[in-house]
Amino acid sequence: MDYSQFLVMKQEIALLVVFLLVFLCDTFMPKRSQGAIGWISIIAFAVATVFGFCPDLIYATGNAFSGMYSSGTAEIAIKNVLNIGALIVMIQALRWAQQDMVKVRRGEFYELLLVTLFGMYLMISSRHFLLFVIGLETASLPLAAMVAFDKHRYESHEAAVKYVLTAVFSSAIFLLGLSFVYGLTGTLYFDGIAVATMASGISTLLVISLAFVIAGIGFKLSLVPFHLWTADVYQGAPTPVTSYLSVISKGAAAFAFLIVLWKAFGTVYSQAWEWMLYALIILTITIGNLFAMRQRNMKRFLAFSSISQAGYIMLGVIAFNSLGLTALMYYVLVYIFSNLAAFGVIGAIENATGKVHMDDYKGLYKTNPRLAFTMMLAMFSLAGIPPFAGFFSKFFIFTGAINQGSVAIYVLVLIALINTIISLYYYLLVVKAMFISQDDCTIANFRSACSERFALWVCVAGIIGVGIVSCVYNYLYQMA
Amino acid sequence: MDITLPLLILVIPLFMFLLLGLCGMKMSHRLAGTLGTLGMGTVLVLSYITALTYFYSGAPEFITQAGERLQYTVFNVTWLQFTDSLVIRLGFLLDPISAMMLIVIPTISFMVHLYSLGYMRDHHGVYEHGFQRFYAFLSLFSFSMLGLVVATNIFQMYIFWELVGASSYLLIGFYYKKPSAVSASKKAFIVTRFADLGFLIGILILSFYTGTFNFADLTSAPVDGIANVSQVSLTTAEGIKAMFTNSPAPMFMGASVMTWALVLIFMGGMGKSAMMPLHIWLPDAMEGPTPVSALIHAATMVVAGVYLVARLFPLYLMETAALDIIVVVGALTAFYAAMVACTQIDIKRVLAFSTISQIAFMMVSLGVARPEFHHGLGYMAGMFHLFTHAMFKALLFLCAGALIHAIGSNDYTAMHGLRKYMPITHITFLIGCLAIAGIIPFAGFFSKDEILTACFGHSIVWYIWMSLVAGLTAFYMFRLYYLIFWWKEHKVHDPHHAPHDQPWTMTLPLVILAAISCVAGFVPFGFLVTWNGKPMFEGHASFFTNLEHLDWSVAGISLAVAIIAILIATAMYKKENPLPEKMRNALPRLWDWCYHRFYWDELYQFITHKIIFGCICKPIAWFDRHIIDGAMDGLAYVTNKASVAIKGFQSGKIQMYVWFYLAGALLLGAITVICLI
Repeated sequence: MDYSQFLVMKQEIALLVVFLLVFLCDTFMPKRSQGAIGWISIIAFAVATVFGFCPDLIYATGNAFSGMYSSGTAEIAIKNVLNIGALIVMIQALRWAQQDMVKVRRGEFYELLLVTLFGMYLMISSRHFLLFVIGLETASLPLAAMVAFDKHRYESHEAAVKYVLTAVFSSAIFLLGLSFVYGLTGTLYFDGIAVATMASGISTLLVISLAFVIAGIGFKLSLVPFHLWTADVYQGAPTPVTSYLSVISKGAAAFAFLIVLWKAFGTVYSQAWEWMLYALIILTITIGNLFAMRQRNMKRFLAFSSISQAGYIMLGVIAFNSLGLTALMYYVLVYIFSNLAAFGVIGAIENATGKVHMDDYKGLYKTNPRLAFTMMLAMFSLAGIPPFAGFFSKFFIFTGAINQGSVAIYVLVLIALINTIISLYYYLLVVKAMFISQDDCTIANFRSACSERFALWVCVAGIIGVGIVSCVYNYLYQMA
Repeated sequence: MDITLPLLILVIPLFMFLLLGLCGMKMSHRLAGTLGTLGMGTVLVLSYITALTYFYSGAPEFITQAGERLQYTVFNVTWLQFTDSLVIRLGFLLDPISAMMLIVIPTISFMVHLYSLGYMRDHHGVYEHGFQRFYAFLSLFSFSMLGLVVATNIFQMYIFWELVGASSYLLIGFYYKKPSAVSASKKAFIVTRFADLGFLIGILILSFYTGTFNFADLTSAPVDGIANVSQVSLTTAEGIKAMFTNSPAPMFMGASVMTWALVLIFMGGMGKSAMMPLHIWLPDAMEGPTPVSALIHAATMVVAGVYLVARLFPLYLMETAALDIIVVVGALTAFYAAMVACTQIDIKRVLAFSTISQIAFMMVSLGVARPEFHHGLGYMAGMFHLFTHAMFKALLFLCAGALIHAIGSNDYTAMHGLRKYMPITHITFLIGCLAIAGIIPFAGFFSKDEILTACFGHSIVWYIWMSLVAGLTAFYMFRLYYLIFWWKEHKVHDPHHAPHDQPWTMTLPLVILAAISCVAGFVPFGFLVTWNGKPMFEGHASFFTNLEHLDWSVAGISLAVAIIAILIATAMYKKENPLPEKMRNALPRLWDWCYHRFYWDELYQFITHKIIFGCICKPIAWFDRHIIDGAMDGLAYVTNKASVAIKGFQSGKIQMYVWFYLAGALLLGAITVICLI
């Protein structure tokens, strides 16, 4: 075996080094200096993130393990995007990890996070379903432990159990679909499947197996109707884990989904999965919106909002062109900043006061104007109001989809547009609670932790800057 | 050329805007004002260095061996790339006119920054409310205006064009508690926005046919030898014209599409530069603080329209029909505004109409410029007048500001006979009047003389017409001068409260601008700013170049006209006498029309309120209220109902979740199979 092919996996290796470092520190560092573990992870991971932007990486692309693994420029770019998001999550988690009940195991949080990220890397880069499944499971199972991290809270257990059970079920369905695919084509390589389906054409079994594969990955993305776990898990999990689930996990799955559908099943695009995805997108956006309208718990509210956002991300997949790929990565990046800003505010308030209900946010503007302002920016960006980044990401994702050219897609984009109006309603509900209903201020003025403020500043800079500073889009455009 | 300086020229004012806008309220008034002024002072130095490097360094990227000045793009970054051809760039272009504006804008802006330190306080030294905001807006304006003149492409220009409009809106409405200021700012914004609609359509037509926004591609003049220069694209204006004529639809409603595009673009210029019939906003804009009027509504923003035409001049040369329209609009406006200026009472209104009239001079000058005649003398003259006018008109406005600050009223009826009390203001105002009237050797004489020479070369009719307007200019300026400083003695009830000259922050800018107004006429523009970059005359530039190349037959006549006009004004207004009243009673109808600005505002009022609001807006409002709102209400109703209907799915029971999951996957497969196979 040619061991030099490991060198293609530079980002994975960097991540493993960070993981090992954190693991060793966690194991061997004396108890009293454990407080530094968070910062060690963050700094080490920041170095790995910066490493991802090395220009040399672009020239070191290629395949490994007889084509099971592939790292191209687009993969590098999406991994960089995810790194940025994971870094922000790690910073936001610092304060939460210092709580008494969590303190003893805080090293494990960072280890689990890095491991799941590693799994997502594998999902993104795999070109063989075996490797893909390994990545998927590596990215799923440790998440259950993370969801249950607040052992002292009942909701946290409940969420973890729900997550594990549904995840196992969806894995089973996914593997069933894969075995059908293997039976039909005799290979698990994406290229091989594409060639075989091209030759054999569409068949009933292929469509069924494709539906199962889509259901399996759709679970990670929480596409309707595979989404029902989302709200309960998001609500029960600790806030940093929720934000990680809603942003990083979702972004990685979206990109992997795109790779699977384009590379393995690209030849049956218009015969099969274009229409499945079409239906799923409409369902996801609409039902996500309809549920989001009724939520009063902020975390649950953002769970449904993130379901509907996943539908928008899928527009980049259905576009089936390079513009769609760029738009998807850009959307994920913008979504990271916007959603993490929202979760950052929620986390800060929860850490300080323990309140997560929307009614508690009434009059927040009076007591904590900066947090309220950040939240407002996040809501505007999620709703897609110019000139914030969310507007540009929606614009590009719609452009990508429309460039596909068929009339059906125009209708789809129109439906998505109508849904943005609906979404505006519930995003503005939060803004209204904070700014307009000023009669009762249940949350007193408090000073959030330095780490939380820093993370929020980064997110605000992203929300304002990413849309206007065009080099971000150009970077992704060139990488795609 | 290094990009640091040009970049700083734009970044510093933007930074000052953000700093003063975001943190201004936490600073003391004095600190905010000083910071703003220092920032502008830095920009002043930097842009002088940049402009002088461009004009005098002789570097090969700026000037060829033959003495021909070139367009030089300092930087040009891609901002938004929609497609391969539809790219929006932001950059910094140096050529004779942008370098000239790099002198004009920071000079006036710095003077105004300095002047406002004194002006924006009352007599007891208390700063006005919103002082920091004022400086933030001034910085924003300076940034926008600088960005406008150095634009490398017409879209960048449009962006900054709107930004100057926005900052002008903010500054006119600075006293937002005063209803007249609020309505004036709205009027200015709406009228110029309406004009910008034409501008935008013109830009779109132009770029649709040519496939480019870049000035370098649109206007690189058809000059021999330019092909060797790498900075300039090979596409010439003739090539652009060919693109239009070879297009599938070269004509539209009897005129070529290119003419349409250029006229629509000129419409944007008409709005900003207050040409008839879009001039109505400028007199009202005088509601803003006087330093703002000096900076924005006299020297810089209002000449943006002239600058726009000059920027696209090679294109206009291809379609002389558009140039003829510019001449007619300019000439009518010049005469109209001069007539109105003779009757106004508010001294700022007189200056405002005078500004309209002088800008019209520049427009006419550009309109009559042809390469055949004196190497495009009109272009040079227009730019020259832009330069000198900026200086002396800013001076006049700042003097008016000093008077208003001292007296507390805008009307000359409250002034009269101030010459003894405010000697510095008196002398500097007189210099400004002499300059605008065109008396040798003050600045206005040279530039106005060049304009009249250019008109003479084009057609004798316009020459006589514009000379008449020049005479009117001298008349109304000296009427104003005598009514403020002479007429009758100023009654002072209390010697402690006698009007007096203002603090040094206000008088220093007056003195500097007056000095510039005395010598600006000797700047050898013929060697610096010409339409194709080539010097207009043989030999070398010297201090007396302009004197040597004077056409004395034209100059003598214009000088005579000006002196006669001044003598008439002296006779009528130096001492209190019944002559003006008699004149007014002799021609009551004419006086009435002039005084009411020929009832343009009433006409607009009628058109907008009676015709547009009544016949167009009401049906649209009905449609909006019943159809669109109804649809939205319906959407909200349906959404709400659906939301209630499906809430049972989220039961919290995991068995249900798994069932739904399985059913969903199977249904997805089954329906696809049924539908597609």
